[in-house]
Amino acid sequence: MERIPILKMGDYLLVTIQVDMHDRLAMTLQDDLTDRIATTRARGVLIDISSLEIVDSFIGRMLGNIAAMSRVLDAETVVVGMRPAVAITLVELGLSLPGVRTALNVEKGMSLLQGVGAEQENLNGRGER
Amino acid sequence: MNQKSKSRIPEMISKRESDLLADWIREQLTATTLRSDLMKESELREQSRRFLGLMIRAASEQPALNDINAPAWDETREFLSSVSRSRAHQGFSPSETATFVFSLKQPLFALLRHEFEGDPKKLADEMWIATEVLDKLGLFTTEAYQKGREEVIMRQQQELLELSTPVVVLWEGILALPLIGTLDSARTQVVMESLLQKIVETGAGIAIIDITGVPTVDTLVAQHLLKTVAAARLMGADCIISGIRPQIAQTIVHLGVNLTDVITKSTLADAFAVALRRAKLTVARVENHG
Repeated sequence: MERIPILKMGDYLLVTIQVDMHDRLAMTLQDDLTDRIATTRARGVLIDISSLEIVDSFIGRMLGNIAAMSRVLDAETVVVGMRPAVAITLVELGLSLPGVRTALNVEKGMSLLQGVGAEQENLNGRGER
Repeated sequence: MNQKSKSRIPEMISKRESDLLADWIREQLTATTLRSDLMKESELREQSRRFLGLMIRAASEQPALNDINAPAWDETREFLSSVSRSRAHQGFSPSETATFVFSLKQPLFALLRHEFEGDPKKLADEMWIATEVLDKLGLFTTEAYQKGREEVIMRQQQELLELSTPVVVLWEGILALPLIGTLDSARTQVVMESLLQKIVETGAGIAIIDITGVPTVDTLVAQHLLKTVAAARLMGADCIISGIRPQIAQTIVHLGVNLTDVITKSTLADAFAVALRRAKLTVARVENHG
């Protein structure tokens, strides 16, 4: 079955969506990602959607859900590289993904995650692990 | 129909083409509608010569003169529409453009009168045919002129839309979008697209939307602004709205528009200062050691 690979980079998980998402694929990704966050105790998730050209309300909502789920599992989510057309579509659909952090590209997303991670370390004392 | 098909006009005008052309051009050059300021005489001569030539060809291919939509007239119609389009661009008025065709009437009628001097019945018939054809061609010219003008208007509208939404780079990573004029849905779409495109191109993290030039803000405009801000945020850029006049601040609050999630500043300078701080840049006065 088709799956979207989840790469582990240090404390972070990297998901690059390079095919057009259909609903089943999205659900699989949601399952896999929550599993991986739990097993790897990742601090952050970076989802790169720069190759994604088409979104619908389901995929939009799924992105929001993934972010919310990761937060419950104590990992921050950053969505990076959204195309202008996709951003406009999501806004027109009324999905402005309020809980999701965004960045222009992977590099900026990574530094955002690291910044957030450092902040939380001070707050929650997760640094000891 | 039988009578019309027997019209001798095609044969006659092709025989007397050069005389007719000379008369027609003289007619046009002396007419009050001549616009020597807009068009050179040589161009007019060339246009007249070509039109007459095409007309003669079309008339000889299709002896029933009254149907100018027939395929035989294709070239003539094409030429006429290109003439009227170019005149529309040059600034001719519709009647001046249509006169190009209508002015052919007088020399043509003179020719007919000369030809059918002893046969008033035939003269009247031929006159009617000629009038019908030239009227149709004239109306066609006016229509084409109108179309040309509409194209000009459309293009200007498009240009205005693009001109009125410039996205400027204030600093590395800082964009500004000075909005001038009323924001409607169509314009918001263009604004949003050009802003987002520029964000992708420049990789800017902060965009300042300056609404100093927006005369009124109603709920719809506010909604459009918020949409733009939300779309930019989805791409990973923060937006600051600046240039909010006191009057507009009051309106926004009275309308119950929620702008709390957006950074708002009263002037572009304030917004720029915030943007610089975000980008970890400072502006310092140069110490004067003199």
